[in-house]
Amino acid sequence: MDIRTRIPTNYGSWVDLFGALWSDQVTKIQARFGEATLSVQMPETDPTDVPTFVFSSHANLEVLQFFKVDLGYDFLVDYTATDEELEPRFLLVFQLMSRETKARVRVKFQVSEGTSVESIVSLWPGANWAEREIFDMFGVQFLNHPDLRRILLDIRWEGHPLRKDYPLRGYQSFITPEEIDPELLK
Amino acid sequence: MSDEQNSVKESSSRDIPIDVSRWGFPGSMNVSFKDDKDDLFDDSKVIINIGPTHPAMHGAFRCMAKLNGEVIESSYSEFGYTHRAKEKLGENRTYHQFIVYTDRLNYCSALINNVAYALSVERLMGIEVPTRATWIRMMAAEIARVTDHLICVGINAVDLGAFSFFLYGYQQRERAYTLIEKLCGARLTTSYTRIGGLMYDAPEGWEQEVKTWALKTREVIDEMDSLLTNNRIWHKRTKEVAIFNKEQCMKYSFTGPNARAAGIDLDLRRDQPVLFYDRVDFDVPTAQIGDVFDRYAVRIEEMRQSLSILIQCAEKIKKGPIWADDKRTRIPDKEVVHNTMEGMIHHFKFFMTGFDVPEGEAYTPFEAANGELGFYIVSRGGPKAHRMRIRGPSFWHYQGLDPMIKGAYVGDLVGALGSINVIAGELDR
Repeated sequence: MDIRTRIPTNYGSWVDLFGALWSDQVTKIQARFGEATLSVQMPETDPTDVPTFVFSSHANLEVLQFFKVDLGYDFLVDYTATDEELEPRFLLVFQLMSRETKARVRVKFQVSEGTSVESIVSLWPGANWAEREIFDMFGVQFLNHPDLRRILLDIRWEGHPLRKDYPLRGYQSFITPEEIDPELLK
Repeated sequence: MSDEQNSVKESSSRDIPIDVSRWGFPGSMNVSFKDDKDDLFDDSKVIINIGPTHPAMHGAFRCMAKLNGEVIESSYSEFGYTHRAKEKLGENRTYHQFIVYTDRLNYCSALINNVAYALSVERLMGIEVPTRATWIRMMAAEIARVTDHLICVGINAVDLGAFSFFLYGYQQRERAYTLIEKLCGARLTTSYTRIGGLMYDAPEGWEQEVKTWALKTREVIDEMDSLLTNNRIWHKRTKEVAIFNKEQCMKYSFTGPNARAAGIDLDLRRDQPVLFYDRVDFDVPTAQIGDVFDRYAVRIEEMRQSLSILIQCAEKIKKGPIWADDKRTRIPDKEVVHNTMEGMIHHFKFFMTGFDVPEGEAYTPFEAANGELGFYIVSRGGPKAHRMRIRGPSFWHYQGLDPMIKGAYVGDLVGALGSINVIAGELDR
């Protein structure tokens, strides 16, 4: 018993509702991004709840544009990252939802440590803070981001806490608050 | 003669030279009356710092704003003062141990967080909880939704000067907490759900008490509605203030009542039903403009719908088991633990090492009081998660605050912040 078990009271009907739509979209994506698509996981056959696509990070804007405009996944539900402890180290994870069909997908991009990724703020302005959080917690750098600062932690913090090699009790404390930056108010 | 003296006196009092350089304004005081005739300092810019412990900021938020007179020209926000690294803790605690941390997300509706977390782990493990447990979870979530909305509209009104309105709702909120206390012994940080079941069964007659409470609360909400909804002062403070329209809501990933106030007709309880939400009747209220008033009105109507759901649940709930018949997650009964060797070992293993969750990943959304609360859990097997991501709605809503208050008055910042109901626990995680 795992995620593939269908539980009616816990979104068990998603495969029935969206199965045909999803498999149709998978063929479209593979036709469009054949080489950039590294892997596709489908619910029922793989341990995942929704189709999960993994792409290499250089095409992220193009891929997300395709998902947003062509496939109708216009709602950015969540944007986060994971530390995989292998090469490439990070995965950027997008949870997307279509407002029209209510279907969801998950899109991942592989990012090596030390490489920068194109920011997607031009597609969803709401991704601004999510990218700042990923930078804060994982140290992934974003290109063309309007304001890439730490968000939850103090700007004087050292290290990136959600990396697996960061110690669990890696406390750092600051007594004085952050100064107001008039540059940000222009 | 006396008239002349008076006029001389007046003019002299007016012409006292004011040394403005000590206030930090460059050059001489250049007073122009462009927009606001009463605003002496129009066209002069001031940077102010609101928070992190300002009484109007609802927790530890800090807002830095550049003012032109009384109008906010630009602002930026800072938060993270209550950051407790919950996502890191989620990777270092067993699935059972993490339940208590979910309480501290949105502490105004802790039961919803418990339910959402339990659902997401059960989904990964393929566990179906019994009917009665599902009904109780649903009722718990709806009670929590009502308490959350009551505090949101109440505090929003307090911030804008309507204190008594808050007290009407406060009494019912206390009674709701008493009902929650009967359920799990705690009022605020409930930790009620368990993976595959519930901490305790609801006591005898609890459903009927909830029903009585719901009927009474309905009357109170009608009273609150008549107190404020057609109030002219309330209209002046809230209508057309801090507008966030449909398009902006889509851009900034707004969900829940805030999105519905702007006309996005999306409610996960109706559109992607979980638990038994497909077995009850309720409406999804929406508004069009997306100002402070609309957010207030949507919440008031949503409370009525939640109460109607509660009454339906109280009629449909039946007696039965509350634990899923699954050895992996079932906490052994105290009777067995204290009297048998096997029971004791089982108990010890359960709490010390935890249970294994099979490999897999899932993002489980739930319609929380503020919007979509989601747990994205990546499991690689074993008793701890590889990644525990919490998608709190407040994080995305708070991001919309700066564009929302651009061009508004400082006083409207207070109303806007209260109306989007940002909870620090969920924002900072």
